[in-house]
Amino acid sequence: MTDTTSNEGQGAPVDGPERPGQLREFWFYFRENRGAVIGLWIFAVFAFLALFGPWIAPHDPTAQARDFTLLPPAWQEGGSWTYVLGTDPLGRDMLSRLIVGARYSFFVGVVVVTVAASGGIIIGLLTGFAPKWVDSIIMRVMDIILAFPSLLLALVLVAILGPSLTNAMIAIAIVLQPHYVRLTRASVMSELQKDYVTSARVAGAGLGRLMFVTVLPNCLAPIIVQAALSFSTAILDAAALGFLGMGAQPPTPEWGTMLAEAREFILRAWWVVTFPGLAILVTVLAINLMGDGLRDALDPKLKRS
Amino acid sequence: MLNYVLSRLLTFVPTFIGVTLISFMFIRLLPGDPIIVMAGERGVSPERYAELSAQFGYDRPVYVQFFEYLGGVLQGDLGTSFVTKRPVWDEFFTLFPATLELSICAMIFAVALGLPAGVIAAVNRGKFFDRALMSTALVGYSMPIFWWALLLIIVFSGNLQWTPVSGRIDLLYYFPDPTGFMLIDSIASGQKGAFLSAVRHLVLPTIVLGTIPLAVIARQTRSAMLEVLGEDYIRTARSKGLSPARINGIHALRNALIPVITVIGLSVGTLLAGAILTETIFSWPGIGKWMVDSIFRRDYPVVQGGLLLIAVMVMIVNLTVDMLYGVINPKIRKR
Repeated sequence: MTDTTSNEGQGAPVDGPERPGQLREFWFYFRENRGAVIGLWIFAVFAFLALFGPWIAPHDPTAQARDFTLLPPAWQEGGSWTYVLGTDPLGRDMLSRLIVGARYSFFVGVVVVTVAASGGIIIGLLTGFAPKWVDSIIMRVMDIILAFPSLLLALVLVAILGPSLTNAMIAIAIVLQPHYVRLTRASVMSELQKDYVTSARVAGAGLGRLMFVTVLPNCLAPIIVQAALSFSTAILDAAALGFLGMGAQPPTPEWGTMLAEAREFILRAWWVVTFPGLAILVTVLAINLMGDGLRDALDPKLKRS
Repeated sequence: MLNYVLSRLLTFVPTFIGVTLISFMFIRLLPGDPIIVMAGERGVSPERYAELSAQFGYDRPVYVQFFEYLGGVLQGDLGTSFVTKRPVWDEFFTLFPATLELSICAMIFAVALGLPAGVIAAVNRGKFFDRALMSTALVGYSMPIFWWALLLIIVFSGNLQWTPVSGRIDLLYYFPDPTGFMLIDSIASGQKGAFLSAVRHLVLPTIVLGTIPLAVIARQTRSAMLEVLGEDYIRTARSKGLSPARINGIHALRNALIPVITVIGLSVGTLLAGAILTETIFSWPGIGKWMVDSIFRRDYPVVQGGLLLIAVMVMIVNLTVDMLYGVINPKIRKR
């Protein structure tokens, strides 16, 4: 009896039934957080609209129906089911614009997070491994960027580069990058103290291998959480820049730009203001919910607090 | 302790020079020649161009210009606005009280609601109140505040007609503003209804600017409280038979406040970023709106000076918070 158990214990692979695969374990914890799962579903819808928006939208988002300007939503008096969420001051269908607008926000999130995270991770790794003076210089530069309020810095950067969605994305990526550098550096520093790194070094691992294969995978958990959070920050900031006229330019149906165009009509037509903002809020909320779930699942230490 | 303070102060110097360099460089990178912009529609003759460019020092090498600028900055000379022809320094400090007043009110609003919300959520962990409060906090945290401002305007200014849409006070009232704080000056003026008008102008911007800090403070207070509530001395206090109000309000909250105060201090940057949007929407004559307007007007000295002053302000506040944190929590100093 005892023999069999010990045999089984020895023979069982590490990822046997006692220790499920990493992905399964992650999903197990993620699923516990109901808000996170709801967030994931909303995000899935958002991603779907971003990918297939133009084929789903009932109308052309830039086509102007001049006879139907500022039409209220269908359920209100004077509304029509042809334009379910009403039309804007130029007679463009609100619903179509919102659906097609999803892709701009999604695009902003993906590009900004990719650029900021990859740049930040590489710089963070370098500072962690580099001699102290290099580390000090890079960290001072990051302090300098962090001293400026992010939106203000992005605004000035866009003023230099010229107002457009691409430049807004570049500006936001630059502004968000220091957070990744700090985060990566901090986890690299704490990982470097550990024995497995020393043994890898003793075994003759080169610098590149140490950085990317040995240390980096163990630093990823907080970075992934940060990526989720900065996805939402990027969407908010891009919308804010669009709202100030420094992001996507009309007639692009970007949600922030739509709000800017609708501003003068706020007291006459509530729907042109309400829906684009609601779209931003719901998307950002869904991503933040997911971020909380990711944090719980990836970082059990934080979970208790 | 002294060593800690000195080492923190030492890192301030290179960051300050860097911030100056960046705000200086930005202006050199902006498209358009500042002198052409200054000359406006009429254009400028080549002789006048050379004269102006010598006057502003644009004909000298960039590094010379930078050191002159740095020297000027250290003596409080940030240049002169192209548009108003007033020193940037004076403009900043004329408008700054408006932003400060709004920020202080927003912070009071955020703390006054956020702290109790966080405590109530922590004490009722997992129950209805906790879930309701934390869901609300997450919505607030995800809020695009420029949209939130428009919604509040629709409801409170449009439908209910309770609050004005823009400005700091009704045009009816005019009085000297020695402090620059409308709430104080309106009382000092002794004019009937002036204070009430100032308050009504302040309500919506305060709510808008305070929403995100409110959500952050509520979330942070909750998690700090939860951590403290698990400590042994809380169990001791409970077993001594102290009332829950005393345990939560005095024993726990006091210790939970340390991280919360840090969050409050560090949100100054967020507050200023929020002020840009809030002031633009409510036409609030503060530095946020001033910066946005100057960017659109290509008023280079103002953008440059304003950027620098705002960054230095954020740095000073962060440094102070850092040091206070070191005073409160000796463990930090060792790092």
